[in-house]
Amino acid sequence: MDPSPQSPPTKKRKMATSTSTSTAAPAVVEEHQFPLPPILTHPSAAPPTLITQGAEGRLYKTTFFSPDIPCALKYRPPKPYRHPVLDARLTKARLAFEAKVLERCRREGVPVPAVYAQNAAAGWIAVEWIEGAPVRVKINEWLGQRPKNEEEERSAAEQDQGPLIELMKRIGAAIAGLHRTGVVHGDLTTSNMMLRPHTKKTTTTTTSEQTNGVSKEEENAKLLEGDVVIIDFGLANQSQSDEDRATDLYVLERAFASTHPRAENLFEHLLESYKQSFKKGASVLHKLEDVRMRGRKRSMIG
Amino acid sequence: MALETLQIEHVPSDHHVYAALFRDVQNVDFLQAQLIGKNPEFEYAFIDASVIISRTHLFAAIFRALNTLTEGTLQTPNVHSDIVIGLSPTNNISESYRRYGLTPSKTRDVLVIKVVYPKLSSENSAITSEQPTPESIWQHLTTHIQGTPVPLTNEEFAKSTDWAKVRKYYKLNGVPGVERIDKADEEGRRKEMEGLVVSGIALRGL
Repeated sequence: MDPSPQSPPTKKRKMATSTSTSTAAPAVVEEHQFPLPPILTHPSAAPPTLITQGAEGRLYKTTFFSPDIPCALKYRPPKPYRHPVLDARLTKARLAFEAKVLERCRREGVPVPAVYAQNAAAGWIAVEWIEGAPVRVKINEWLGQRPKNEEEERSAAEQDQGPLIELMKRIGAAIAGLHRTGVVHGDLTTSNMMLRPHTKKTTTTTTSEQTNGVSKEEENAKLLEGDVVIIDFGLANQSQSDEDRATDLYVLERAFASTHPRAENLFEHLLESYKQSFKKGASVLHKLEDVRMRGRKRSMIG
Repeated sequence: MALETLQIEHVPSDHHVYAALFRDVQNVDFLQAQLIGKNPEFEYAFIDASVIISRTHLFAAIFRALNTLTEGTLQTPNVHSDIVIGLSPTNNISESYRRYGLTPSKTRDVLVIKVVYPKLSSENSAITSEQPTPESIWQHLTTHIQGTPVPLTNEEFAKSTDWAKVRKYYKLNGVPGVERIDKADEEGRRKEMEGLVVSGIALRGL
């Protein structure tokens, strides 16, 4: 069922690591549990693979334009329980909006995938494939290697968590950039951020590095390197309000605490870096206090 | 033969795309006259190669046009003119022809695209009763285009790209996403601009 058995099951749609997707043996095609969207029934160098299925759509890994350009194709199938006209209109509007937000972020220099092609009416959008792994996976890998004993952890925390703190700061800066362009993501989690390796064309996986005899320490230091790329703008919105921005941070804070409870105490570094990279950061953080008090639901006034 | 059969991902298997690039074309005015005169023998997309930055850029426009063709939503009389306007990030059709198509006495390098696909009988014109082959297309092109054929490589495209035009047409001047990249990192800037160009093509009409 799960095309990427190495990665743990997740509730959200998101891109799996490039390394964990088996490069499609022909058998995989027959195993598709859903009919492919029409656009993917046309020939391509390698068969598309279903990466994940979310509430709203499915994500396929395929290639676009030419066989050496990997891409993520998101397909929103028609919803049989909705009136067809309404369904078509909603699907089209949401995909069109997602595409526009991505382009806007890209122009403003916020690290997001580029849009390769879209047909909102047909329910699909093809975007750049981001190499690497979700931040969630990387942080858990990192935490998994830390001492589990709580006292040890506390004593070692200050020196040892350096790379993770650095990553938190980069995440904060990325979100600051996103908010600066007037976009709120709507579903910030560590699954909706990719950690893209720096080095060009170096797609060596951790496993292959191990076999190549690279020392464990060096490997650990590299684990959290890379650019933070924000993905999945399916719930994004345009907003300049502190309230919406604070809600974005709050959603991430809650998600972070439940996904990475052992690193919960490091979230402040993310917020600190957010505040420093964004002029209005301070007032957003102030608003965040309010949001924490009452939850993410907006006030009923107005 | 310098006519290349383009393999574009996710294009119906009965649609064939051929392309050729000619340098220093001497009879651009003649070629344009055939288009304006709607000469059925000249059903090609003629593109001014100076606005093309790479194969991916070109593929994005062709893909878009083929997609509208299969969806039955062409915006212009045929798929070839849709390829030309497919390059544009804006909806102004006549401006798109001017910018991406041929301009007599200005265009030097000409990119030719030919799409062959099974047509409905209602669309039948004089020459579609039998499908042209790569050989017959090449024969026709070399007979009528006075220029030097070169391969469609990124290197060849790079030689003739007019970046001032590309930056203007795709609104890339002063874009933070490009400007934040180190000036010395030319490859990085070029890649980023290619991404924005492709996005611009993909998003037209939204």
